[in-house]
Amino acid sequence: MTATDGTTTRTATAHERVEVTLTVNGTPRTAFVAPRRLLSDFLRHDLELTGTHVGCEHGVCGACTVLLDGAPIRSCLAFAISVDGRELTTIEGLAADDGTLHPVQQAFRDHHGLQCGFCTPGFVMSACGFLAENPDPDEDEIREGMAGNLCRCTGYAGILDAVKQAAGDISDRATHPCEQHRVDADVANGNDREG
Amino acid sequence: MKPSAFAYHAPHSLEAALDTLAELGEDGKVLAGGQSLVPLLNMRLAAPAALVDLARIDGLDAIEVTDRDVRVDARVTHERLRTHAAATEAIPLLRQALDWVAHPVIRNRGTALGSIAHADPAGELPAVLALLGGHVELASAQERRTATADDYLVGPLESDTRPGELATAVVFPRPAPNTGSAFDELARRHGDYALAGVGVTVTLDDDRKVRRADAAFIGVGATPIQVPLTDALAGQPGDALAPDDAIDLARSTIDPEDDIHATARYRRHLAGVLLGRALQTAAARAVAGGTA
Repeated sequence: MTATDGTTTRTATAHERVEVTLTVNGTPRTAFVAPRRLLSDFLRHDLELTGTHVGCEHGVCGACTVLLDGAPIRSCLAFAISVDGRELTTIEGLAADDGTLHPVQQAFRDHHGLQCGFCTPGFVMSACGFLAENPDPDEDEIREGMAGNLCRCTGYAGILDAVKQAAGDISDRATHPCEQHRVDADVANGNDREG
Repeated sequence: MKPSAFAYHAPHSLEAALDTLAELGEDGKVLAGGQSLVPLLNMRLAAPAALVDLARIDGLDAIEVTDRDVRVDARVTHERLRTHAAATEAIPLLRQALDWVAHPVIRNRGTALGSIAHADPAGELPAVLALLGGHVELASAQERRTATADDYLVGPLESDTRPGELATAVVFPRPAPNTGSAFDELARRHGDYALAGVGVTVTLDDDRKVRRADAAFIGVGATPIQVPLTDALAGQPGDALAPDDAIDLARSTIDPEDDIHATARYRRHLAGVLLGRALQTAAARAVAGGTA
């Protein structure tokens, strides 16, 4: 394998395990994987971060949604090697170390936006990415923003209510929602929550 | 399922990518956003020996807006193009069509040119390419060439990208003055593949009467189906368009097929309804001050 210094082609043979390092929830994490390793499997199998769920594995269900440099993507439709060096936020990165839920997580709990919980990590990450883009959405925008995720339990009403509440909670806190994927992030940045 | 094993190449420049593709020949497949390719790999409908990933190429990510056209490089995502003010002001049809492309999460990774190269019969951007009379720029280690929509979009999931070639950019010409456009489609769930859809352009003369009208349908044939509508609509007032003749013409031109999602009969009916709405919207936009 050739090193990636930006001037050479990076190559790997089909069964070669190559070093891949991602900053996951603020921490650099490295594993050696074959090129065909999906980002979803890299998280679950190699980093043992099993909060990211795998449903359909072809981009339809949204259960594997994570944030790549702040923007939501399907981790089953990206190869780990392809996003080497970049920054990821997963469901494990949302709650504070003391267990305080992120406003989106709290809102899903408050509105029964989940039942079995399988789709929930994907919905929560999609909602985080959506609210970062659109902090003050109307109900149609919420519907469209969440339309890329499937839930077979709830009938969606609780989920839509949760996203609506989370939008209010996040904008009340008056910091950019991009920085709010971790509850303790704005404390670390010294921002005033009362804003 | 998981993709079968493939060798991986992430070149740093266009030249290096073309050299790699030339070496690989039939064995190489280009990976851009991966939102169409990776599902095919995961389901093992495709199993290329090697992928050439555009992710680390320095460049190939520009959107250029000129007096004549909008040129979009291979690495530009749907979402970047959709929210690019100058591009969507120059060609509002881009925004009108991209609003229908997949879900926001998919648009963050998927590329505009990639969806044209993928040539899904229900893809919106292949229809926009056809409707505007645009072309795709292709490069190989030996030569550069361009291909029009008719030449490039060969069949369902089949574009004329030859072994060793890379589609580097797509060029959308700006519509004529006094042109309005619209895109409408129906899917069971917004963002899913359309059962049928249509993009239209309507150009008015100085008396606000229709001078030219065109439509390109998706989901009702192997490739985007273009239907020239000027004969059916010429001379009609832009602010009171009666689309019936155009709808009849379109319904007799397209030849949709039955599948598990909808019958051919329903698709033909739906295509006509969508066309009527789109034409009236586009004409109204032209009256209100095209080029829109």
